[in-house]
Amino acid sequence: MIRSELIQKIADENPHLTLRHVERIVNTVFEEIIAALERGDRVELRGFGAFSVKARDARLGRNPRTGEAVEVEDKNVPFFKTGKLLRDRLNGKA
Amino acid sequence: MSEKTLTRMDLSEAVFREVGLSRTESAQLVESVLTHISDALVAGETVKISSFGTFSVRDKTARVGRNPKTGEEVPISPRRVLTFRPSHLMKDRVAAGTRR
Repeated sequence: MIRSELIQKIADENPHLTLRHVERIVNTVFEEIIAALERGDRVELRGFGAFSVKARDARLGRNPRTGEAVEVEDKNVPFFKTGKLLRDRLNGKA
Repeated sequence: MSEKTLTRMDLSEAVFREVGLSRTESAQLVESVLTHISDALVAGETVKISSFGTFSVRDKTARVGRNPKTGEEVPISPRRVLTFRPSHLMKDRVAAGTRR
C-alpha cells in the first residue's frame, strides 16, 4: 500500500470529506510525527508502535567504491518499535 | 533535547487545527490512518509512505535462544516481525533537527 492508496481508502469511508481534505489530514499525521522527532521528541501510539530518536556514535566508515576510510560524524536517527498489539496481530494472536 | 512524548491526542489536535473538523472526528481519522496501515501489514503487504518511510513485514525462522539470566536454552518459534525504514527526508530532518 502506498500513500495515495491509504488516502483513497479513508476518502471512501468518509464520503462527506473531499479527497483534498483527506490528503491534508493524512499528510498532517505524518508531518507531525517527523516534526516531533526533529525536536527530539517521541511519538507513542499504543497498540501500533512508538517512534523515537536514537543516538549513533561517530565511526570510521569506508567508501565502498574506493575503500578509502572516511569519518562518519555522530548523529541522531529515527527509530520505530512495533507495539504489542500489532506484533501479536502479525503473528495471528490478536 | 526536549524529550516530550506525543500521543494520538497530539496528532488529533494537529489534524483539528489543520482541517477544522471536530475533535472527535479528527481523532477518528487519526485512528483510521493507523488501522489501515496495521491491516495492510497484517495482510502481509508492505506500506510505503513517500517522504516518510516504509513499513515491511519479515518472516523470521525458528532458532534457539537463551534465557540471559539462567543461561537455559529456549526454542524461539518462527515469527513475523515489522521493520520500519525511514525515508531519506526523515533521516535528514531528524539528523539536522537534533544535531548535538
